[in-house]
Amino acid sequence: MAEAANVFEIQIITPDRVFFLGSGSMIEMTTTEGEIGCYPMHVPTTVVLTPGIVTIHDAKISDTVEIPEAIRPDGSLIAAVHTGFAEILNDKVTIMAEVAEWPCEIDKVRAEAAAKRAQERLDAKQEKTDLMRAEQALKKALVREEIAAMEA
Amino acid sequence: MASMRDIKRRRTSITSTQQITKAMKLVATVKLQKAKNHAESVTPYFDNMYNTVSSLLAMTKNINHPYLKVKSGGKKAVVVITSNRGLAGGYNSNVVKLITGDSRFSKENTDLYCIGHKGIEALTHRGYNITDDDSEVMEAPVYGDATRITRILLSRYAAGEISELYLCYTHFKNTVVHEPRCIKVLPVDVKKGRKKDDDNALMNFEPNPEEVIDMIIPKYVSSLLYGALIEAVASENGARMQAMDSATSNAEEMINDLTLKYNRARQGSITQELTEIIAGAEAIS
Repeated sequence: MAEAANVFEIQIITPDRVFFLGSGSMIEMTTTEGEIGCYPMHVPTTVVLTPGIVTIHDAKISDTVEIPEAIRPDGSLIAAVHTGFAEILNDKVTIMAEVAEWPCEIDKVRAEAAAKRAQERLDAKQEKTDLMRAEQALKKALVREEIAAMEA
Repeated sequence: MASMRDIKRRRTSITSTQQITKAMKLVATVKLQKAKNHAESVTPYFDNMYNTVSSLLAMTKNINHPYLKVKSGGKKAVVVITSNRGLAGGYNSNVVKLITGDSRFSKENTDLYCIGHKGIEALTHRGYNITDDDSEVMEAPVYGDATRITRILLSRYAAGEISELYLCYTHFKNTVVHEPRCIKVLPVDVKKGRKKDDDNALMNFEPNPEEVIDMIIPKYVSSLLYGALIEAVASENGARMQAMDSATSNAEEMINDLTLKYNRARQGSITQELTEIIAGAEAIS
């Protein structure tokens, strides 16, 4: 385990479960302003997340939660997180996600189909289509595909 | 005194009712267990959301955002969460009473968004205006339902059609205590005073506080709604379990009482027959 000063507490919470609880030395996530990485002792910040991959480096899982995913050989954990926000404090990061998935939970076939559907809807450019929603759906599907590919 | 046959018939009918209430109690107990676990897994998300929103608002006091501003003119919207099925004691009528007994919610100036058939029945009967019926959600609430309803409500709020949003549901305190509650959701009115205020004294918001509020408040509302739905399901099953439990024991009591009466009647008829036979024999001799 790294020295205490170099790790911080990380929580990922979704409405239905405590998705991740533990610690890490660094966390990467995708915000509305772009991808950010964050180390311990970061300035307190609240950021808005967009669909993307969250990577926790040197992850240690707390005993109180069970996680289906194994820590990868380089010590990191990856997860797909769609829409939510993150509260960064200097010794703790809390991600409140509406949807979060481990790579092993993703149905690749479904994700591909969803990506295709969303792309078609965007290409069709009908007046009625809710562009924002279609775009969001496409983003989510792409993230799912990407993370599933990373795992393979 | 009722005849032996009447008593016997009544006892049989109560016995079969008791079997039904007993079975319903068992079903409710199992469902309650499931709903209770679910309710417990929702709590961390909800608590964190509440903390974040309260610290966010504490820091952004001067921001003029539509979700925070008190408006006037529009109607009041109330989301009423009841159950689809009856036989749950006072569960549904307690929630309905929150609406009918509150002078803030006049019949003309209130739009009700009902979830649960029983609430709709009772409130339509009393002449309230039911705007929307999402009863099927109650069968198995998922987070997607909460976001969908929230989206509808927020768009109406943004359009100025409604000026205040309330949520009436039954709070699940523990297995035996459920209290009907009415909370104000919009405009957001979060109590100040978080435990660790100093933690957030210098919180930054990216991209900026307005956009963060814009994005967090809808999530806050849907998390409230989702939490309420889940707690309501747990409370419903808890209330049903209690109601069925007392129904079963009442039936038991009645059966005991009737058995006693039946035995007395039987005894009485035997005595009477004997008296008649003896009297007849004496008359002959």
